[in-house]
Amino acid sequence: MRRAAFAVGLFLALFLVLAFLTLPIVAIFVHTSPGDLISSLGEQDARDALWLSLKTSVAALAIIVIVGTPAAYLLATREFRGRSVVVTLIELPLVLPPAVAGIALLASFGPEGLFGSALDDAGIQLVLQTAGVIVALTFVAAPFYLRQAQEAFAAVDRNLMDAARTLGATEARAFIRVAVPSAGQGIASGIALAWGRALGEFGATLMFAGSFQGITQTVPLAIFARFSDDFTAALALSGLLVIVSAALLLSVKVLGRSPILGGGAP
Amino acid sequence: MSGLEVRARDRLRDLELDVELQVDGDGSVAIVGPSGAGKSTVLRIIAGLRRPDPGRVVMRDEVWLDSGRGINLRPEERTCGLMFQDYALFPHLSAWRNVAFGMPGPRQDRRGRALEQLRRFGVEELADARPDSLSGGERQRVALARSLARDPSVLLLDEPLAALDTRTRAHAGRELVHALRGTRALAIVVTHDFSEAAMLADEIFVMDEGRIVQRGTAAELSARPTSAFVADFAGSVVLNGTARPGADGLTQVDLDGGGVLQSTDLIRGPVAALVFPWEISLQPGGAAHESSALNRLAVDVISVTEIGNRARIGLSSPQPLVAEVTVESIRSLALRPGARVTATWKATATRLVPR
Repeated sequence: MRRAAFAVGLFLALFLVLAFLTLPIVAIFVHTSPGDLISSLGEQDARDALWLSLKTSVAALAIIVIVGTPAAYLLATREFRGRSVVVTLIELPLVLPPAVAGIALLASFGPEGLFGSALDDAGIQLVLQTAGVIVALTFVAAPFYLRQAQEAFAAVDRNLMDAARTLGATEARAFIRVAVPSAGQGIASGIALAWGRALGEFGATLMFAGSFQGITQTVPLAIFARFSDDFTAALALSGLLVIVSAALLLSVKVLGRSPILGGGAP
Repeated sequence: MSGLEVRARDRLRDLELDVELQVDGDGSVAIVGPSGAGKSTVLRIIAGLRRPDPGRVVMRDEVWLDSGRGINLRPEERTCGLMFQDYALFPHLSAWRNVAFGMPGPRQDRRGRALEQLRRFGVEELADARPDSLSGGERQRVALARSLARDPSVLLLDEPLAALDTRTRAHAGRELVHALRGTRALAIVVTHDFSEAAMLADEIFVMDEGRIVQRGTAAELSARPTSAFVADFAGSVVLNGTARPGADGLTQVDLDGGGVLQSTDLIRGPVAALVFPWEISLQPGGAAHESSALNRLAVDVISVTEIGNRARIGLSSPQPLVAEVTVESIRSLALRPGARVTATWKATATRLVPR
């Protein structure tokens, strides 16, 4: 009897979680007809926002993966002094409120910031520019990828790497041919998480890059811009973002399990 | 010098490794010892996956490691194949790509050469299968094919049969013997099983607590072990006692826990008395003394394990010992746990080594 009550309790908890987390998303689509979704695509500012979101998030993701993968591998496989300090510093942006992230970016890369004059001398403009959006997205999304990739590399069987070495592979080749494919699934879910975070980024982008249509106004910023005068339009754009995000995340996950990325399929 | 020379001192977590080993010529040798003796570490040192200090590894006049002269070839620079205990096949690559991974030469005919290599081990038809869909025995053959794909001068095998179930093991062992004979590489097999070492290798190094304690052929180690440890490992029964001069120029051993033995070996003090299980015969408990065997111990039967047409009888004297008898004897002597019998063997079959 008590056991049955416990099982019922577990299911009840899961039901509550599921209901609370999915109802708001369902509500978006209850209020938005498929026609609204399509017509929202017909508007120039929505198309600009969607295109900009994709462009900037892909650019940020490319930077994160190219620089972050070797960094995560180093953290996962080498013991060195201060390693745990490095790991904590890298994870700090995870708990930073977006507004703080925006201020921090301004304080470092803004015109009055730490590196402001250096960037200015190099002819690089970030604030109120598309490049600034990419910087903001990279800053907030990178820790999600680094964490996952580091965990995935740490889980790779050391014997596989050693086997690769005795089969004539240099350390670099063993990394590319064995470690990365073996960690494929973890890397893919890191990409999915980072991408999701980048697509949803709002606060840091708004503070650091502003909200200019076609230049820095990503989909979340466009939703916020419409929100005050046209709730229905904001809803439609939200629905669009949900669909695009879900499709991207799903495809990355599926790819991670496929032999192409080399995720060890069961 | 034509063979392999290894000298290494290394500090492991709970072990001080101090190994010197010299293998001349080709063929195969085994390093045998209990788990934790440092056997696998020796293989890792030879392969370059671990750097001892001081350490020296020379293979056929090619210096792979000389800590004194600052020479340390990377693993990929040593012509050395290593088959891991769990085989360490790349899970994301098919069997033939695993084999082709280390293959030198042009890319375009790699598949053909990998298939050729798989055919040598009878697993060509599994070329496109992923490791997780292979059985233990198939994995072992793919791993063997892979470790030989670069035509190494030394082939290191870490517990090559341990990952297999008992039924496949005997068959896989015979195949491995055949495969090792077919290569030009010097094979070094690490195992914790003496009979496996005897089967796979011409010469055996017995290792214990980070040191090589004895080397020799399986027969030499069995017949003339220099310590009770080696004797125990080589399959002898080991009985501890104290030796003193006995009658007729023999040595008498008073066993710890009771019982007396005679041996033709001349030695005094604390000893281990060694006898092979197949030298021990069993007689009914109260049988008359009517053979030339001087050693007679009253023993209790603890266990009876049939292995084909023979059986291992676990006995307590009260020190544990094992006798090997035919299955027929189990019936005629009514051997079953709890039965009381007399174990007899000759003084000339009793080796004594100091403890």
